[in-house]
Amino acid sequence: MTTVQHVPAELPRTEASQDARITPPGPARRRPARREGGRVGALLTNIFLWGYAVVAIGPLLLMVNNSLRSQQQIATEPLGLPLEPTLDSYREAWLTASFETYFINSAIVTVGSVALGTVVSVLAAYAFARSRSRFLAGTEMVFLSGLMLPVHLAILPLFYMLDALGMTSSRLSLILVYAALGIPFSTFVLAVFFRQMPVELEEAARLDGAGPFQTFVRVLLPLVRPALATVIVFRFVPVWNDFFYPLILLRDRDTYTLPVGLTRFFGEYSTDWPQLFAGLTIATVPLVIIFLIATKQIINGLTAGMSK
Amino acid sequence: MTAPATTVGRTARPRSKNTGIHLPFGVGLAFVLPAALLFGVFILYPMVAALSYSFFDWAGTRQAGFAGFSNYVTLLTQAPYAHDLRNAFLHNLLLFGGAVLFQNTLGLGIAALLHRRKRTKRMFQTIFALPYLVSPMVIGYLWSLMLSPLFGPVNAILRGVGLDSLAQPWLGDPNLAIWVVVGVTAWQWIGFPILLYGAAMGGIAPEIDEAASLDGATSWKRFRYVTLPMLTPTIGIITVLTFIGAMESMAIPFALGGSSGSPARSTDVMMLLFYRTAFESGNANSIGISSALATVLFLFILVVSVVITRFMRRAERRLF
Repeated sequence: MTTVQHVPAELPRTEASQDARITPPGPARRRPARREGGRVGALLTNIFLWGYAVVAIGPLLLMVNNSLRSQQQIATEPLGLPLEPTLDSYREAWLTASFETYFINSAIVTVGSVALGTVVSVLAAYAFARSRSRFLAGTEMVFLSGLMLPVHLAILPLFYMLDALGMTSSRLSLILVYAALGIPFSTFVLAVFFRQMPVELEEAARLDGAGPFQTFVRVLLPLVRPALATVIVFRFVPVWNDFFYPLILLRDRDTYTLPVGLTRFFGEYSTDWPQLFAGLTIATVPLVIIFLIATKQIINGLTAGMSK
Repeated sequence: MTAPATTVGRTARPRSKNTGIHLPFGVGLAFVLPAALLFGVFILYPMVAALSYSFFDWAGTRQAGFAGFSNYVTLLTQAPYAHDLRNAFLHNLLLFGGAVLFQNTLGLGIAALLHRRKRTKRMFQTIFALPYLVSPMVIGYLWSLMLSPLFGPVNAILRGVGLDSLAQPWLGDPNLAIWVVVGVTAWQWIGFPILLYGAAMGGIAPEIDEAASLDGATSWKRFRYVTLPMLTPTIGIITVLTFIGAMESMAIPFALGGSSGSPARSTDVMMLLFYRTAFESGNANSIGISSALATVLFLFILVVSVVITRFMRRAERRLF
């Protein structure tokens, strides 16, 4: 994959290109004159894009819509609007179907693992960027290999290891596993960022007598904030969504996270449609909020390391 | 599958050679140690152990002697494993094929259309990418409700527009169910190529396109001979990540067909087979056989990913 270069200036450059897009088109960016039929083409394009937009979010809107209606309304009119919206289904899902527990567990596991994973990754990434040791360079390559390996397949030894330690059915084990899973991506993005940072500031801090750790915390951490934001937001998504590890590693229902709680929920409440839709909505809303707030970070994460 | 589009390259990176700042080995090691411990214990060790597990006979959770390749032989030749494996494997290939087809037609097309827009680009990108960020478990269950033969909105829409004959028990028909899984998966994943192709197109210098335009190239020709060749590396990345995602797919098939791939194994995939073999089979040697399965899948993913990468690199040279 040598054609794919690690672009050192990925994050800042993305921002720069966005700025360029906002600036009014100068003479160099002017588009060639539209041919005839451009109008019709534009109309067709619009119809197509809006059409697919309906296909893309229609099901999600329908999910929210039907969560606000009653069982009877859904049965008689599957596509109707919530003319008398009710939050009963949410109340039931939250209180009687344990969604409160699932939600809190998901929040604890996600926040805990993203925090832990980011802290250890930012430390490691700094060392990778500023060390000349071959041993550490080798360690970095091992970390990076985790980006492409199908790590799910190592679940059995992981399960028996945690079982031997008495750590199945513990949220802590999930936090540790997810933190470890985040290391390849997080160190990759952060090391790229550290590498393109000028060293003069560090040199100045060192001359003033600060030690390596102090320099790191006082001088570098504030500067690396954009990359940290990308890493935090981008790791949030897969951890919040994952169902594989909790399905296998958690044996105790009180520790279930939302995705695996859903499997139990769908078995038990399979006839209560509004509640099913409400449960799905509860599991989705935090993600949508994060995506709308931090679209830029998510896109940066998705395109990290891509060549231009 | 929220995999980042990062790749592990062989590129030699400049290691701050020309600077005065570099950490002494001991300090560097201290910085790396916490991450290395976590990674070693929870990823590296299980990966290596998974391989070794497959070469042992197991009695429950106890190793009962070295088995050589006999677990692999059992997996590949004996019932029910051999048949289940072929069946599940075929479904994984369908998932991959369906996703690639959607991504490189609809996904690429949408990205190209959005690239020319200024104002509504970000809004459409957000809308199209949304399903990709939602949990595949939620997506799977949502579609199972949508396609329900009872109150399912999909059948209601079909009946509403007079297409009663198309209203189906979508997930009840063994011949149809896997196509539903393929379709839902492709539908969810399409946001990823739209964003990535969009970013890649944004990285192509507009001057190149303009030069071609001044030379009289039509917009199709500009796309085919300018944009597409420059997108080949991105197509390669997306294809490899899609391949890995398709081979590891589990949540959507689980939500749509349960852990046994119902109806009648018609929605079974490799990870479900692995899960059942490891945790639901009741076979005393389940660890040995499921580890063999994991190793086979692992090697297959690794080899094919490398082959796809090679192929795309050659295609790139040809297109230029």
